[in-house]
Amino acid sequence: MTSDRRPDPDQLLEAITVETQRQTYGRLKIFFGACAGVGKTYAMLQAAHRQQASGVRVCVGEVETHDRAPIRQLLEGLAQLPLRRVSYQVQSLWEFDLDAALAAQPELVLIDELAHSNAPGSRHSKRWQDVEELLRAGISVYTTLNVQQLESLNDVVGSITGIRVRETVPDHCFDAAHDVVLVDLSPEELLSRLEAGDIYMAEAAQHAGNHFFRKGNLVSLRELSLRRLADRVSVDVRAYRDHHAIDGVWPTHERLLVCVRADATHEKLIREGARLAQRLQADWVVVHVDESRRSRHASEREALLRLAKLAESLGAEFVSMPGEQVAHALLDCIRTRHATRLVLGHRRRRWHVPWRKSLARAIADASPEVGLILLQPSPATAAARKPRSKPAVKARALALALLACGVTTVVASWLLRVFDLSNVVMLFLMTVVLVALRWGKAAGALAALVSVASFDFFFVPPIWSFHVSDTQYLFTFFLMLVVALVTGQLAARLRSEATSATAGERRATALARVARDLSAAMTIEQIVAVCTDTIAPIFASRGALMLPNLSEQIAGDGGFDAGVAQWVYEHVQPAGRDTSTLAGADAQYLPLRAPLRTRGVLALRPDGVALAAEPDDRRLLDACCALIAMALERIHFVDIARDTLVRMEGERLRHALLAAISHDLKTPLTAIRGLAETLETSEDLSRKERDVLTRAIHNQADGLHRLVVNLLDLARMQSNGVRLNKEWQAISEIVGSALANVDATLGERCVHTDLPADLPLVELDANLFERVLVNLLDNAAKYTPAQATIWIRAMAFGETMHLCIDDDGPGLPSDSPPEALFEPFTRGVKESSITGVGLGLALCRSIVSAHGGMIEAVQLAPRGARFEIRLPMGKQPEVECEMLS
Amino acid sequence: MRDVVVSKPRILVVEDEADIRHFIRLSLEREGMAVFEAGNAMQARIDAASRQPQLVIVDLGLPDGDGKTFIRELRGWSSAPVLVLSAREHEQEKVDALDAGADDYLVKPFGVPELIARVRAQLRRASIVAGDGAAPSVIQFGQVRVDLATYEVSRAEQSVHLTPIEFRLLAALIRGHGKVITYRQLLLEVWGPGYADRPHYVRVYMTNLRQKLEDDPARPQHLITELQVGYRLAGMGRGS
Repeated sequence: MTSDRRPDPDQLLEAITVETQRQTYGRLKIFFGACAGVGKTYAMLQAAHRQQASGVRVCVGEVETHDRAPIRQLLEGLAQLPLRRVSYQVQSLWEFDLDAALAAQPELVLIDELAHSNAPGSRHSKRWQDVEELLRAGISVYTTLNVQQLESLNDVVGSITGIRVRETVPDHCFDAAHDVVLVDLSPEELLSRLEAGDIYMAEAAQHAGNHFFRKGNLVSLRELSLRRLADRVSVDVRAYRDHHAIDGVWPTHERLLVCVRADATHEKLIREGARLAQRLQADWVVVHVDESRRSRHASEREALLRLAKLAESLGAEFVSMPGEQVAHALLDCIRTRHATRLVLGHRRRRWHVPWRKSLARAIADASPEVGLILLQPSPATAAARKPRSKPAVKARALALALLACGVTTVVASWLLRVFDLSNVVMLFLMTVVLVALRWGKAAGALAALVSVASFDFFFVPPIWSFHVSDTQYLFTFFLMLVVALVTGQLAARLRSEATSATAGERRATALARVARDLSAAMTIEQIVAVCTDTIAPIFASRGALMLPNLSEQIAGDGGFDAGVAQWVYEHVQPAGRDTSTLAGADAQYLPLRAPLRTRGVLALRPDGVALAAEPDDRRLLDACCALIAMALERIHFVDIARDTLVRMEGERLRHALLAAISHDLKTPLTAIRGLAETLETSEDLSRKERDVLTRAIHNQADGLHRLVVNLLDLARMQSNGVRLNKEWQAISEIVGSALANVDATLGERCVHTDLPADLPLVELDANLFERVLVNLLDNAAKYTPAQATIWIRAMAFGETMHLCIDDDGPGLPSDSPPEALFEPFTRGVKESSITGVGLGLALCRSIVSAHGGMIEAVQLAPRGARFEIRLPMGKQPEVECEMLS
Repeated sequence: MRDVVVSKPRILVVEDEADIRHFIRLSLEREGMAVFEAGNAMQARIDAASRQPQLVIVDLGLPDGDGKTFIRELRGWSSAPVLVLSAREHEQEKVDALDAGADDYLVKPFGVPELIARVRAQLRRASIVAGDGAAPSVIQFGQVRVDLATYEVSRAEQSVHLTPIEFRLLAALIRGHGKVITYRQLLLEVWGPGYADRPHYVRVYMTNLRQKLEDDPARPQHLITELQVGYRLAGMGRGS
């Protein structure tokens, strides 16, 4: 049992996270009272004055004076934030301005009436949501709350006082507050203050008429508030113990299961469950077993959605699980979740299935260790029990069932001439089965009854009467009725199962398709396409994927509101239509939360009334959001990986370049230095030796110069896009200029040029293109014997200019493909004495490609090499012809 | 040919790099010229005014100012030829310097023989221009003889027909006396202001001219291309 005494490490970790969060978050202090008039606002303002005196920057966000002099006096001396004017219908309301408070950045904000509902059109529908946002922004808040405004106590207070309040605050908000201060006043004092008119305003006056301020009520409310606070204090004590690892009795871990049906009356079960869970310090789960055989109506769906929202707002996990048998599904759930207690709504035994065990009994029999709590669903709303389906549809089904029976009767009377009476029974049975299959249970049951009656009336002698001559027929009727009812019900159930299976199938297929499409997506654009083309149609809506830019700003897209999306992105909470935040928007905005961070926002604007109304659809939507988020994150990491790879490749190339350059730069420098020093120190050199040395220095310097020029050009070509200085040039001029340049290098080699006089102009960067020719001619000089011949030919074919530089040297290296010559650091003859980094041809290729052309090397037969450049010529510029004189 | 050079030609070298200045000085002094050095634009202005150089060599990248500004100032009061030194990458700078009044340019790194040849060519040109005011009407380069007065052109004693524009282009180059003439200057002079942005006109006519006058048009000896800058007529002498 020692293990039970030890604090759960996960819990401690969570406590630490919560604690760190608390440090960055603002502090929430609630002034809590039994009812209006106990002096909460007064206490709050006094506390605020004390804070201000100790140097805290205090602002009043919203405090209603209701013309109470003491409150007005206390308000003086405190900074007031401006209120926001909201026009609602014809009147204009003054509301607390959240943005102003966030902008003012005070340390403490005072906001009266935590349970207040904001005017429609505000960012949040409830004030407590405003408060949460303030806390998240690191601003502390003082506020006030009455006990009956706590969500879980709403029913209880309602049943005690007979007055229900509509404005409530979820319990987790209350429980998460740092401090709760009880403002207490004995009922006698309260009543005397009331009589003296000390407290007062509209709200209390309204209650007064309802006998709210009866002493009995006040006593009960006071007790409730004291108890609720005591619960909270005991939680605090436990937190303190946990925190300080005080050895004590660690309560066993309780887990509470609340089973609800899709019925508005079951809200009470959830509220009771919340209180119970709070008291037991238990985790709690609200379970709805989706009996697939029951087709669901819109009202039920709505009720279920409300139940789910209520459960989540009270801090429960809401699970809707499919199951044939409620009892089986529940028992499964009890086992897998290790529930210790189960809350069930009490249900009267159903008259038409007297043989069925009640749910409670089934559970108790199968799992006796679970504590069962049976509650009566709230009677107040029982009057407004779920409207039984859509009457019009139902009536039509019943009418059609009657019609079917009539037709059967006619057909049977017709067939009776041929068939025996027993076959008529079969015909009726078939009708019942078909009716049940087509129009459901009720129609099937009606058809069964009508069939029996019609059989008796029309076919059993005496005909045209319900009298029966042969008593045996009574037995036939009974059997017929039972068989018809049972088979009809079975058929109806079969049909609804098939329907729900189809729906399930549809969802599964949709999810599989989304998952497949998203896993195949390699770019953001593809994910966007999946969102708009696959996911949005599943939910019968138009959608958009809204992604933040580098500065974390979301841009608007196709009529979707960027502001709402930005809020959703920052707060990681859904907003817009059908949510509690910015419900006025016409689309719903869902955060795409991936394991590491939020990746964006999915916006969906439903074509119909509601978006994903069924809990199953909701789950499907959540799954889709998770899939999108994962896909976005995956692509993010793929991009990072690719960038890293590119960087590594660049790094590798840079290393190779540096190694090659440092070799090729050092060699001529060493030679120049050595030669110069020899000249310097050797006095007795002959004139001829001196000339040889200086010529060598000269040559080395020239080689170095070429290398540096190539390097600079290559760097220029490869850095942030080349800026070509293109002009219409005559190839012959560039060839001439290049030949003049390499005159010394070519030595005795014979150069033949074949450049037709009528060669068209080409748009070129002449200097860069001269580099190409100089490099090619340099190469020709480098790799051919001294008496070689070089041909330079240019011709225009169609739209292309061909320029060939041929030589009759040894040709291209045979051990590598010709294209490899154009890679940087490739040299035809490896490790030869010929210097040069092998940048020349790489530079040629990048210059030619920058001009939109191509260059290739060809081995000539029987010997020699050809470098051929092809350049697009484009449209020739206009040159005015002159009149010949 | 009349000898105009009566004393040592005075050359001003404006260059901030001491080693380059030094070797230019040595090479030119060996050719019998008087060389003055200036390391910056300020010094250059003083020297140009006091030494009255017959030729100025200017590096465009000076530490205290733009070489072009100096050239423009110099042109205000002196017609001495200006030889510009520049790096290869800055074509536009060369063109700007030539348009500002420079006569020729050399790309770094350059060889001593080439430097001396250019200096001599510029001095000769200056002496011709300054020598007898009126330019000679008949000039010769290689085998080509041009009579500017009668518009007659012949190559190796054979008459050559030039179109009016070709002739005007050739005449413009001749008037430059071996100085580099930029595309802009040629376009202005031959075609007029409306054509200043159509350098390909010059290229087309220059190609034709080379076909008619050069022995090997692909490797011209006289109608020299200065890529991206302009043209220069080399080896020009007075016709006999």
